[in-house]
Amino acid sequence: MPSLDDLRKRISSVKSTQKITKAMKMVAAAKLRKAQEMAENGRPYSDKMNVIIQNLSKAINDPSNAPKLLIGSGDDKTHLCVVMTADRGLCGGFNTNIVKQAKNYFNKILKESKNLKIITVGTKGLDQLKREYGKYIVKKIDFKNKKQITFKDASLVGDEIVKLFQNNEFDKCIIFYNKFKNVMTQIPQSQQLIPAKKEDETKTEQESSYDFEPEEDEILEDLLPKNISTQIYKGFLENSASEQGSRMTAMDNATRNAGDLVEKLTINYNRSRQAAITKELIEIISGAESL
Amino acid sequence: MDENFNIEIISPEKKLFAEKGKSVTIPSFEGEMTILPDHISIITFLRPGVININENKKKYFVEEGTVEFAKNNLTILSSTIIDLDSLSKDVILSMLEASKKELNQENVDDKKRYIISHKIDCLSQISL
Repeated sequence: MPSLDDLRKRISSVKSTQKITKAMKMVAAAKLRKAQEMAENGRPYSDKMNVIIQNLSKAINDPSNAPKLLIGSGDDKTHLCVVMTADRGLCGGFNTNIVKQAKNYFNKILKESKNLKIITVGTKGLDQLKREYGKYIVKKIDFKNKKQITFKDASLVGDEIVKLFQNNEFDKCIIFYNKFKNVMTQIPQSQQLIPAKKEDETKTEQESSYDFEPEEDEILEDLLPKNISTQIYKGFLENSASEQGSRMTAMDNATRNAGDLVEKLTINYNRSRQAAITKELIEIISGAESL
Repeated sequence: MDENFNIEIISPEKKLFAEKGKSVTIPSFEGEMTILPDHISIITFLRPGVININENKKKYFVEEGTVEFAKNNLTILSSTIIDLDSLSKDVILSMLEASKKELNQENVDDKKRYIISHKIDCLSQISL
């Protein structure tokens, strides 16, 4: 049985932890609203971009001449994985979930004895990956000292990827991020960036034929690098909303658990205090009786 | 037949403009074009210039972008789009200065040169 003093100390320490988690929750909730808004505002752009590219790729008649970014380099040897995580912790399973999904993919690739290259965005993912997969990491990016990630930052990452592709450094590019569904649920996602064309899309809808100005492939050449930046930016936005959502739920749980703990400890404390009083009383009474 | 069509201008951050309109003039890569209702479906991209909605009702300055028009729905996607009303003269002049400097650099290829010279043209026009 811990002493009264120990119990009192524990209670006050749990209480101050609760204060921290509560404050974190409040901050996350405030940030979440903004991040969520941004993620939702950003969705139309990337969705429309996808639609246009799908329409364009349908219109291309001669696939052998199509831009490489669309159809791929024709090889499937080297995979570039962009793992996007947060720069900060204390957000529940947020970072671990992405990393777990990415690791599954890495192991699959390595088992098929293909080459693996990793770009990490965000420090937390790097921390979790560097021990096991350190030799595959080709680039580390973080936005630790940036408050708000802008489209410009995303296009920097996008340009980097396009440059690597043009130097034939990889054949396929996949990004990993958390999609924000709601505050409680974030879904770890993997999305193929390069080649942009999806293989399983075989249905040929010829509802509307487009006019192109200039030619299809010229438009595509302009559009595809932009699309990569757009998709990365979307990943960033979804990720930051997910991070705040995940943090909020995690901190909410932590606050509640701390509350439960305080309650239990208080009962314990009161009980042992009462026990001490009773013991003292008994001692006094029995002392008086013996006189 | 409805004489208006839907216009949407979307930047990566948000939807900037979503209204019905009668005409939109866009600085398409190969020259300016005006889109009216029931235009043929088209996909094109932009060079620096001014998007003019409903004959001077609303103007935007863009540097690049992608345009899709299908079934009376016009979508303009651009990451560098600025409302012309919010653009002050000083900003325009400094942008003009910067692009002139860029043009004088040595390693500018033809396509870039074309884009920058249009940017300069357009900027000097609106700075008047």
